[in-house]
Amino acid sequence: MSVLVPLPVLLCLLGCAVTLVLGQRPRAQRAVSLTVLTGVVAASAVLLALAVTEGPQHVTVGGWPAGVGIGLVADRLSALVLLTSSLVTLAVMVFSVGQGRTGDTGSSPVSIYHPTYLALTAGVCIAFLAADLFNLYVGFEVLLTSSYVLLTLGGTGARIRAGATYVVVSLASSLVFLTGVGLVYAATGTVAMADLAGRIGALPPAVATALQLVLLVAFGIKAAAFPLSGWLPDSYPAAAAPVAAVFAGLLTKVGVYAIVRVHDLLFDPQTLRLLLMAVALATLVVGILGAIAQHDLRRMVSFTLVSHIGYMLFGIALGGAAGVAAAVFYAVHHILVQTALFLVVGLVEHRTGTTSLRRLGGLAALTPGTAVLFLLPALNLAGIPPFSGFLGKLALLRAGIADGRWDAWVLVVAAVVTSLLTLYAIARAWSAVFWSGRLGFADGPDEPREPVHGPTDGEPPRRTMVAATTGVVVAVTALSLAGGPLLSIAEGAARDTLDAQRYLRVVGGVDDAGAEP
Amino acid sequence: MSPTVVLTAAVAGLVAVGVYLLTSRHLSRVVLGVVVMSNGVNLLLIAAAGPAGPAAIVGPGGAVDEEDLASAADPLPQAFVLTAIVITFAVTAFGLALSYRLGRLEDDDVVHDAGPHRRTRGEAAGAAAPEDGGATARGAQRERGGSR
Repeated sequence: MSVLVPLPVLLCLLGCAVTLVLGQRPRAQRAVSLTVLTGVVAASAVLLALAVTEGPQHVTVGGWPAGVGIGLVADRLSALVLLTSSLVTLAVMVFSVGQGRTGDTGSSPVSIYHPTYLALTAGVCIAFLAADLFNLYVGFEVLLTSSYVLLTLGGTGARIRAGATYVVVSLASSLVFLTGVGLVYAATGTVAMADLAGRIGALPPAVATALQLVLLVAFGIKAAAFPLSGWLPDSYPAAAAPVAAVFAGLLTKVGVYAIVRVHDLLFDPQTLRLLLMAVALATLVVGILGAIAQHDLRRMVSFTLVSHIGYMLFGIALGGAAGVAAAVFYAVHHILVQTALFLVVGLVEHRTGTTSLRRLGGLAALTPGTAVLFLLPALNLAGIPPFSGFLGKLALLRAGIADGRWDAWVLVVAAVVTSLLTLYAIARAWSAVFWSGRLGFADGPDEPREPVHGPTDGEPPRRTMVAATTGVVVAVTALSLAGGPLLSIAEGAARDTLDAQRYLRVVGGVDDAGAEP
Repeated sequence: MSPTVVLTAAVAGLVAVGVYLLTSRHLSRVVLGVVVMSNGVNLLLIAAAGPAGPAAIVGPGGAVDEEDLASAADPLPQAFVLTAIVITFAVTAFGLALSYRLGRLEDDDVVHDAGPHRRTRGEAAGAAAPEDGGATARGAQRERGGSR
């Protein structure tokens, strides 16, 4: 059944080509996109089932010997994040089809939204399935280049300015990553992860640490870990609502996934434990303080996105099956919850024409449905029981307490404080947007009472958009019910990841066939 | 592995020039910096390949025989570099288009301090500065209106 492994990538690339040809026929484009993304969801679900029941699935593209050819592996970790991501991409595509105005109105010569979106999905799939570092780099480049186009779609001033920051930072991180790949190859003579796991252990510790640092910096930028996270809240809010939603759900988590792979599979997790703990702490605290300071709903949500990356870094830094399992569970929860929040913000903006906390008010009376759709994922994010955010945080705290070292205890305290501050941030946003104030009038004491493009004359969101948002909200709420099975899959994923020997057995036969420089 | 001084020096020089250009405020200079720096990194990949040698094409008409395959150049990093060059090409094209667009919008392709800082201040000053936050939201709205 290993033929299924490259299927998500193939489907997306094929869909990308077909939608490009169908540039003048928006309806056909939508049909192709939705079909392809549904196919990717199905393939990912089967892959996850296979990975759980039969162990990791492996394929070497083109029949080249392993080590020379391009290897793709779907173990439990890959398949789990792949399934979550493909669900999110499908939901967001439904949302943007409902919105119906993402550049596919025929006014542009070639409608690029659908092809670019599918290329982005292909890049995400490649990155999750890649079995060697260089292929991971290619996956990153595919998704990043697509994201440049999606972010600057339409070319308005705000998006071009935000895009300039985003593109430059991403290019810098890619160059650091490529440098890392070159250095790893120079040191070990291979880039296949299965091979690297053994050979890096044989390197002098100083060299191994240097390699690990270079790669961590590259992935840290992509994952928006604190000192390297400044680009995210400056760029995501400028994007169109569905684009911001899919970025928030997927792109940073691809970085987190890469950190899990590299930090825990290839290198000794204990070497840089303290550094990663410090980064996790700073990401948690600085991110959430930034969220509290915001007066714009989108920027507030973007800062909570950065902050909660810290939880996953905490789990990764703990190392060990419990920590990594908690991080993986948290990543799945975080993909869904952030996408849900960004989609709801999109609904609010669609209705009112603004996301400013000072201008919005009283939406609960106007659109009770949107209010509920905001409240559920927001409480989930803050970690109120019995939502999945609570389960994820609980798993992290238990792993941290079981670890018992002082740095783990510091992070446990920081995680709880961040959870409370998240609750404060979302309560503040909730009361400003949904409860207080008069409809369509600015609420701040120093604000002139000037009517904005108000809720009353805004167009209610289309039913499809609401349905897509509801779908993601239901999925993330249902995670609480599936918490037990999901956590056991996550533990299996962590064991897959940590057990380099097992990984090596699956990918197998790399050493004897690999090209020795 | 036998790193040569010339290659290493070239890598160092190109990356240094690239980093210097990357720190510029002009987006076109940043794009040039990316080009120079990625050339440096590509050379690093070549240097990682080890000593030069005949092409690793085996068999009749090939550059090397089966037995002295060890003398052939390592083909894998060459494949990496080819891929990286193609990626850099695409990204450079996009970067140039972006800096052109920025130049049209701003009369110069200068990347100012992040917009949101100004936006936050604009927010703090309320509706008195509609050209920032308000214009951003309206611009986004107009774009979503598909009136491009």
